[in-house]
Amino acid sequence: MVHNQPIYTIIRVFIKPSGLANFVKYIMDTLLSQLKPGEHAIIKSIADNAMKTKLIEMGCFPGEELYITKIAPFGCPFAIYVSGYELSLRLNEANNIVVERLN
Amino acid sequence: MSQSKKDLKVVLLGNPNAGKSTLFNALTGLNQKTGNYSGVTVDKLQGSFKYKNNSVSLIDLPGTYSLFAKSTDEEVAVKDLLSQTEKPDVVVIVLDSTNLQRNLLLATQALDLGMRTVVVLNMIDEAIYQNIHIDIEKLKDLLGANVVAIDSRTKEGTEKIKEAIVNAEVSRNKFFDLTSTSDYAQMVNSQFESPYKVELRKWEEDDKIYRHKNIKYIYGLCVKSPEQLKLKERSTKIDRIVTHPVLGYLVFMALIFTIFQFIFYVAEYPMSWIEDGFMALSSFIKTNLPSGILNDLFSDGVVTGISGVLMFVPQITFLFLFIALLEDSGYMARASFIMDKVMRKFGLNGRSVIPVISATACAVPSIMSTRSISNFKERLITIFVLPMVSCSARLPVYTLLISMMFPSTIVLGVFNLKGIVLFGLYVLGFAFTLITAFVMQKLLKTKEASFFMMEMPVYRVPLLKNVALGVINKIKVFVFDAGKVILSISIVLWFLSNYGPGNAIEEIEKKYANAEYPHVGEADPNYYTEFIASKKLEASYIGVLGKAIEPVIKPLGYDWKIGIAIITSFAAREVFVGTMSTIYGANGNEKGIQEKLMSERDENGNLKYTVAVCFSLVIFYVFAMQCMSTIAVVKRETKSWKWPTIQFVYLTALAYLSAWITFTILK
Repeated sequence: MVHNQPIYTIIRVFIKPSGLANFVKYIMDTLLSQLKPGEHAIIKSIADNAMKTKLIEMGCFPGEELYITKIAPFGCPFAIYVSGYELSLRLNEANNIVVERLN
Repeated sequence: MSQSKKDLKVVLLGNPNAGKSTLFNALTGLNQKTGNYSGVTVDKLQGSFKYKNNSVSLIDLPGTYSLFAKSTDEEVAVKDLLSQTEKPDVVVIVLDSTNLQRNLLLATQALDLGMRTVVVLNMIDEAIYQNIHIDIEKLKDLLGANVVAIDSRTKEGTEKIKEAIVNAEVSRNKFFDLTSTSDYAQMVNSQFESPYKVELRKWEEDDKIYRHKNIKYIYGLCVKSPEQLKLKERSTKIDRIVTHPVLGYLVFMALIFTIFQFIFYVAEYPMSWIEDGFMALSSFIKTNLPSGILNDLFSDGVVTGISGVLMFVPQITFLFLFIALLEDSGYMARASFIMDKVMRKFGLNGRSVIPVISATACAVPSIMSTRSISNFKERLITIFVLPMVSCSARLPVYTLLISMMFPSTIVLGVFNLKGIVLFGLYVLGFAFTLITAFVMQKLLKTKEASFFMMEMPVYRVPLLKNVALGVINKIKVFVFDAGKVILSISIVLWFLSNYGPGNAIEEIEKKYANAEYPHVGEADPNYYTEFIASKKLEASYIGVLGKAIEPVIKPLGYDWKIGIAIITSFAAREVFVGTMSTIYGANGNEKGIQEKLMSERDENGNLKYTVAVCFSLVIFYVFAMQCMSTIAVVKRETKSWKWPTIQFVYLTALAYLSAWITFTILK
């Protein structure tokens, strides 16, 4: 899932016509993978691909609150608490989720 | 409805970790068997029970998170549920009471199929312990279906579930957006029409979000839990240790070490009991039943074959005992969590670690243990590379050949040279395990979309009954499925080594019947029988085969005698040593065989077993898939001959090539 890596997102936004707007969005958005353990957030949106269906199924859908419970040694996978249980996500999966930090 | 005598087909549907198997075991007890779903590698667990006038057949479907399948397991579950030919009469939806919110997604989907349904609140005791209060009457009302709570540990509620099953009814309520479709079952069915359309995916997403909103409402009305959005304290405390960057790995190593001790050392006792027992049985048949071909077939062919199958049972038992304990307690998900990143680099999974380590004892149980890897591609890669890990059956071969290469003890500092070489062989095996996995990850394409998100279940004390039944099922599968293949091959090998073309064997017997050969049997009376055994083996079909493959193995430095030993050791690698000692007439004595081999000279009077030949042989055994049991078990686990064939060809080619390189360099 190379195209989910941040660097490709940056490259892609400059190629596409709506590049600038997307770039601004990218800078403004917080990805789930940028959160630290213990940080609470609300899911804003999920990248539109086949993984989205699975994420929704596992209880990650826009409007749902979550927090990072732990990150494995070496920085991946991520464990989050969402929809009443703990879920482990690999980095490329966590990169698909745009969140908004809560205090 | 339940007045007349009826046969009911019932399926258990639920999320992974919802405790389906616990309920299945509680309902059926020992009345269960493991079958196959055609074409896929998923096991089908079936059982039965009688209740009042009904005989109920129960199928434990593979765990699934929704009715829109995202993996092979889930596809099997959904297809079985929707089956038109064998439509289930009743669906039992199993829910984890401590994790209702996510579990209800599948429940509402299943209720919308319009089938007779019972909803089971599993592990209600755990929910009460965690201060989660569920208003069952209200839930019944909102779901429009019968809801039964069960404490899976005390089995309280089992009778209530049986009663509910025979009286099950179709749900009155609908949980999907009625403006988007009128027939939910049809929408679910359309996922199997290829290609899977983007519009359906969008519809599926909207449907799930719609349901989640519905569920929030239902959950809010029925469940009172004082501490929402908070992990259970017990789990957090344990996780602080087992996922710690240092302590986590230490705990994991300690557990692996324990498992290793059990399958490597402790299992050896029952294994030798089995071996001794069958040897006694074999000689009993030989002496007490009328002799002849049939007697030989039973005492040597069949009994040895069965003993060869049952020999694996202790290791399988121990390995699966540990795996079931780790899996049921919830620890396995944590081990996978901390190992995932490292293993993924090689195309393996966090859960591949235990199979790889236990393969150093034996590849057979470890290949069976890959079942816990849910991603098919990663599981296949793990199975494929496991035979390259040096197992304990190679050890006798390694020991013999290394002592021949370095007869005197050479010490480098604190290290013994033999020890270093042995260690090097293990490293070589491991290195190629990882390299092959890495290459396969790049080459292998699968249709299945890969998702790696995984639930981290809360810790639970494993139920002894579940663990025991799981281990028993594994043993049954091995003995009756893989056992058939092993038994057949060992009978074929027995036949090939005891019979020869025409009456070649009888002629040997006649030829040496009157011992007039002056160089035979002077000092040691045993020498004579051993000499005949060696001549007989040479005249047998295997001897003929050994001579036939000589041109092929000549570039590796081997002659037909080694050829024979390579063919017979297809039964198991350690047979190599036994065959060599038969050929050279040094029955059973390891020191003797070593001396004999080392004094063996070729026609020019040069020593035959040079360092080059021994090294080439040892390298051959590092890679070659010289093990019929491994082939049988790979066939059983991948449900086709395709993968064991590819694996056999690859490993034999790798063995041949590296042995040839070794021999050419050292010659």
